[in-house]
Amino acid sequence: MADHAGVADEQVDLDRRKFLTRATVATGAVGAAFAAVPFIESWFPSERARAQGAPAEMDLSKLDAGQMAITIWRKQPIYVVRRTPDMVTRIAGHDADLKDPNSESSVQPEYAKNPDRSRSAEFLVLVGVCTHLGCLPKQRFSQGELYPSWPGGFFCPCHGSRFDLAGRVFNGSPASINLRVPPYYYPKPTTLVIGADEKGSA
Amino acid sequence: MATTLPGGTQPEKKGLWAWINKRLPVTEFIQDQLTGYYAPKNFNIWYFFGSLALVVLVLQLVTGIFLTMFYKVGEATAFDSVEYIMREVDFGWLIRYLHSTGASAFFIVVYLHMFRAFLYGSYRKPRELLWLFGMAVYLALMAEAFMGYVLPWGNMSFWGAQVIVNLFGTIPGIGPGLVEWIRGDYGIADATLNRFFSLHVVAIPLALLGLVALHLVALRRTGSNNPDGIEIKEKIGPDGHPLDGIPFHPYYTVKDVVGVGVFFILFAIVVFFVPTLGGLFLEGPNFEPANPMSTPEHIAPVWYFTPFYAILRAVPDQRMGALLMFLAVVLFLFVPWLDRSPAKSIRYKGLPSKVALFLFAVSFIVLGYLGLQPAEGLYVALARIFAAIYFAFFLLMPFYSPIGAKQPPERVVYHAH
Amino acid sequence: MRTETRLVGRMAALIAALLVGSLALAAEEAGPGKEEAPKAGSGWQHWHVNNNVTDVASVQRGARNFTSYCLGCHSLKYERWSRLGTDLAIPDKLMERDLIPPGDKPTDYILTSMPATDAANWFGKTPPDLSLMARARGRDYLYQFLKTFYVDGTRPTGANNLRLPTTAMPHVLSELEGLKVAVFREESKNEGGQVVKEQVFDHFETVAPGRLTEAEYDAFVRDTVNFLDYVGEPTQAARRALGVWVVLFLLLFTWLAWMVKKEYWKDVH
Repeated sequence: MADHAGVADEQVDLDRRKFLTRATVATGAVGAAFAAVPFIESWFPSERARAQGAPAEMDLSKLDAGQMAITIWRKQPIYVVRRTPDMVTRIAGHDADLKDPNSESSVQPEYAKNPDRSRSAEFLVLVGVCTHLGCLPKQRFSQGELYPSWPGGFFCPCHGSRFDLAGRVFNGSPASINLRVPPYYYPKPTTLVIGADEKGSA
Repeated sequence: MATTLPGGTQPEKKGLWAWINKRLPVTEFIQDQLTGYYAPKNFNIWYFFGSLALVVLVLQLVTGIFLTMFYKVGEATAFDSVEYIMREVDFGWLIRYLHSTGASAFFIVVYLHMFRAFLYGSYRKPRELLWLFGMAVYLALMAEAFMGYVLPWGNMSFWGAQVIVNLFGTIPGIGPGLVEWIRGDYGIADATLNRFFSLHVVAIPLALLGLVALHLVALRRTGSNNPDGIEIKEKIGPDGHPLDGIPFHPYYTVKDVVGVGVFFILFAIVVFFVPTLGGLFLEGPNFEPANPMSTPEHIAPVWYFTPFYAILRAVPDQRMGALLMFLAVVLFLFVPWLDRSPAKSIRYKGLPSKVALFLFAVSFIVLGYLGLQPAEGLYVALARIFAAIYFAFFLLMPFYSPIGAKQPPERVVYHAH
Repeated sequence: MRTETRLVGRMAALIAALLVGSLALAAEEAGPGKEEAPKAGSGWQHWHVNNNVTDVASVQRGARNFTSYCLGCHSLKYERWSRLGTDLAIPDKLMERDLIPPGDKPTDYILTSMPATDAANWFGKTPPDLSLMARARGRDYLYQFLKTFYVDGTRPTGANNLRLPTTAMPHVLSELEGLKVAVFREESKNEGGQVVKEQVFDHFETVAPGRLTEAEYDAFVRDTVNFLDYVGEPTQAARRALGVWVVLFLLLFTWLAWMVKKEYWKDVH
């Protein structure tokens, strides 16, 4: 191929060539990765979504004992249950039937990592989204409502996951994680703010 | 050669690669298109713009796809959604500026690419179809750019659409009805915006991709022209490859990457430091929402249309103006048959051809400048003079082009660096 | 020398000449501040605001000016209070105390409390949203506009403006700037053989001083325009900062690619 196409047979430093090519390809790959960042970032919740997902306020004075109210925070239903003393007692006593009685693997703020999973036993605040595949669990608060030993809690109609009155998942449910507890705090005794706590907004 | 250059012939491989190649001609395709494609070795700087056009096309497709995820078509929502992209979507401002700057960059690159064809006679036999497909790409690009410009629904968008759509009203007989049909309403309205959106994001990009593919296939058939305008295929070496050709890969891939790098440096400077380029790339009045009751004080299209716009305004008759503007674009299609010089390249053409091309380029730039100025006094007079030069370049080409041509050399001129 | 190189050279020269010409024109327009102008207000068409959006303190002052003097009628409907707080490094507490109107949430857009219909009744037109005014009309336009109000008894608002004659906007800053009248001179112009007399602005005369000195008022307007410049494109500071890194990276990449190209092209003779 000596006289072909003007491409010479001259000795070339192939190592240098290889090195430079690799350096350029590597730099180009880094550049391409950087260039992908804005496009990937653009898919995260926008400033508008974040503004709409700002902490939600709720008046607790109109919520009767034993009742549940649903409010919306970040496009998700938030279950707020005002537990009666009887309901609070029904949280205990079935730890053996639960997958994660101590909320080790579930998502909740530190102050809700206790058996009743709340700041004060009276109010339960949960993200009302089944941890299995995202359906909304129904309230089944009465004792024995589902079966004789049912202590009261939540039942997901989609795939039959069961949770107790603290949102902890029962054995035999397709879901394997307790219901999520959002950050919240009480600026006034009858006011609940969801999505923020002493540490700031979520 | 004793050694296989990177990207050269793929060594025999077993496993997945072989499995795929048995079913899909990946290796053959790469060999045919890159390592087996021999391009003239004497390409100069003018030969960067083809690959750059391809790069910008990809950039526009990617940024366009992402903008479409956030843009909301509609009279009441379009303008707000663009501001939403600029302010509230993470990096939305960057994606939008990449797209708006990309539009102008596309035309810069394509105009230089076309000028290269004029310099070296790249439209001449046997590359007439290659040229025609290229022109089709250019025409599709003009439609794409115009409709894209309408989408932000600023006041310039609105009035630009009004003026351009009304051009169709000058067509005898069917004009007024046609204008109503294009708009889908009695004025530029929601219906117009909606159909322009569909055409801009779906129909024309599809057509563009198809035309670009045809342009490339035609290029592979004829091979590239070169600054000497001589066919390298006529001098084949003992190995069956052109004596003056070198494999496109790696030689022109590594060279084009340098061009892409330089291009992106300039591009990034605009995007990050002067995205409006003083009103040339993004016009001030377009930051006001569309207002059918108020025409901006000074209305001019974006720079890439202004040479034709200047011709339109230079004619004191509505129908003639529109016709001449149309002609100014269409004449490009006939260049392969208007050019009668025995030499393809400007290097071996006669003085009249050189002067004509020079004057043409000057008139294109000056008309582009005049199209941005108000249509009054001296500007109109100048526009008429330069429009005349513009048309003379094409119409007189059969007469001046054969004069004084020299015999091109046998082999291409190339000096190793 | 090859023909097309010469051709290109000539074209480049021509383009360069055009560029230089327009730059010279621009420079002439830009000119120095023209502070030495003997008459107040003369040469106002050439005033430049020369603001700097990275001067956060100035933008903050502008935000305060805006909420005190402009927000009564004008909105910034694309800017949220919270965004303002973040971008301008204003603490949340301060935002809520000094800037955000009572009843508005931090995530609300900056909207005037004046109902649009009332505004249309009072001024004859709805005061425009100012989010994009700096981009649409330019910063210098806003600067010139805010500095060329003058007393004009023939206007319903009692004020007129050189930048935007017969503006519907009253001179809301007169308390700060004071009142000035515009003195016009008559000039004769030959128009198609006919001599036409024209009123041409000559200079301003202050008739009542305001709370601010001329320099203080100038700084006040500059801060305000600086703020509106920021609001026009809140990401502009981030844009320029990121751009430096992108260009540096591209320089590195292109240099490497150039080395590779040189290396490979050693083959070609």
